Amino acid sequence: MNAFFVIVRRDVTLSLRRASDTISVVLFFVLAIVLFPLGIGPELNVLSRIAAGTIWVVALLAAMLSLDRLFQVDADEGGLDLLLLAPLPLEAVVLAKCLAHWLVTGVPLILSAPILSVLLNMSLKGFPVMVLAMALATPILSLIGAVGAALTVGARRGGVLVSLLVLPLLTPVLILGASAVDLALAGLNAGPLLMLLGAMLLIAVVLCPWAAAAGLRLTIE
Amino acid sequence: MLSENHAPMAQNNPMVLRLSKAILEGRDLALWRGERLLFEGLGFTVDPGGALLLRGRNGSGKTSLLRLIAGLIPPTSGVVLWRGVSILDHEFFRRDLHYVGHRDAVKPLLTVAENVHFWSNLRGGTGTTAALDHFGLQEIADLPARFLSAGQRRRVGLARLLSSPGTLWLLDEPVAGLDEESVEALLVAIREHRASGGVVVACTHGELALENVQNLSLQEI
Repeated sequence: MNAFFVIVRRDVTLSLRRASDTISVVLFFVLAIVLFPLGIGPELNVLSRIAAGTIWVVALLAAMLSLDRLFQVDADEGGLDLLLLAPLPLEAVVLAKCLAHWLVTGVPLILSAPILSVLLNMSLKGFPVMVLAMALATPILSLIGAVGAALTVGARRGGVLVSLLVLPLLTPVLILGASAVDLALAGLNAGPLLMLLGAMLLIAVVLCPWAAAAGLRLTIE
Repeated sequence: MLSENHAPMAQNNPMVLRLSKAILEGRDLALWRGERLLFEGLGFTVDPGGALLLRGRNGSGKTSLLRLIAGLIPPTSGVVLWRGVSILDHEFFRRDLHYVGHRDAVKPLLTVAENVHFWSNLRGGTGTTAALDHFGLQEIADLPARFLSAGQRRRVGLARLLSSPGTLWLLDEPVAGLDEESVEALLVAIREHRASGGVVVACTHGELALENVQNLSLQEI
C-alpha cells in the first residue's frame, strides 16, 4: 500500500512541477466553453439548452489532451521497465497512475465546470447534479484512458490514436452525464442515471487496471 | 536463504562451491525476436556471490537475455530459475531484483535525491543517503536531474542499486559513460554486494574488471 502512494505522490509532484501541461487541460476547457457563446450568439434560451451537453463534450476532449503522456514518458525514460519490476502488481501501478492523473486533471475539471456553466446560462438547479456526475465520470475518463494510453505506448502519433480508441468507449459516460444534468434542470430525479454512472465507475476500477496492465506487458516485450 | 548464508565460504572453498546450490539458473533458453533467432540451448548457473558476464557483439542479444532474466520478456523456450523456482512463479523474485537498463529512468524534473529516493521507497529501502555518498552524488543531491551530464545520470541510475536491498543485480552496460572514479565506485559496490552473497549479471562489450567471473559469450547465429 505504501508503494502505491509513493507512485501517486511522485506523479502528482511531477505534474505540479510541469504546471504548463496541467494548466493546459483546464485552459482548453475554459477557452472552448467561452467560444461557444461567441459562435452561437447571445441567445440565452439556446445557451441554457445546450449548456449541459457542451460542458460534457468539452470536458471529455480536455481530458484526452493529457492521456497520451500517461505511460509514454515513463517508457521513453526507461522507468516503465522498473515499474514493471517493482514489488507491487502492475495493476496497482496502473491504478496509482490513474489516481494521480485524476487528481491533476479530473479534479480541476470538476471545480471549473460549475463556473463555466454560469457562462452558458445554466440554471442553478443543475449544479449539484453536475458536480456529482462529473465526480463520478472523471475517474472513468482516467481509467478507460489508461487502457488506450497503455495500448499506444511506442506508437507514433499516440495522442490521436488514444482519442480514436477511447472516445467511442466514453460515449455512455457522455450520454449518462449530460442526461443526468438535463433531468435535474427539468426538475426530474437524476438519481438512477447517477447510479448508472457509479456502476460504470466501479466496473472501470475493477477491469481497466487489468486491461491496461496487459497492454503494457505487451508493448514492453 | 540457507545458500545465501553460506556464500562467503563457498567463494573461498572449491569443495563447498561444487556442493552449493545455484541461486540463479537458466535452462535451455531460446529466444526469437521477430523473425530472428537470438540464441538457443543457452544455459548457465550462478552460485551465491557469483558473477556472470554476458559478452557479445552489438545486436547479439545481450540486452534481450538480461531482460529475459529480469522477467520482462518471456523466453521462447526454456526457464530461468531463482532459488530453484521459475522466476515467473516466484513470489519474491521482484523484491530480490535490481535492474539497471541502458536507459537510466531518471526524471528530469525531480532532483537527484528525489529520483533515487523514489525507487528506494518503492522497494521499501532506506539507503538513499548512503547510495548517493557512494557514487559521489551528495553535492548535487538537490540539483534537478535535467542539469545532469550523461555520466552523472548513469551514476543516479546505479545509486538505485545501493538504496534498497536486492540480491540479484542485472546491469546493462553499467560502465558506459562513466569516469574512472565512478567505475571504481561501481566495482567496490559489486565486490561488497558479492561478498554478502549477492549475484551480479552484467552485459558489456568492453572491459569490466570483476574477479571470479563466469563468461557467457553470445554468438551471432
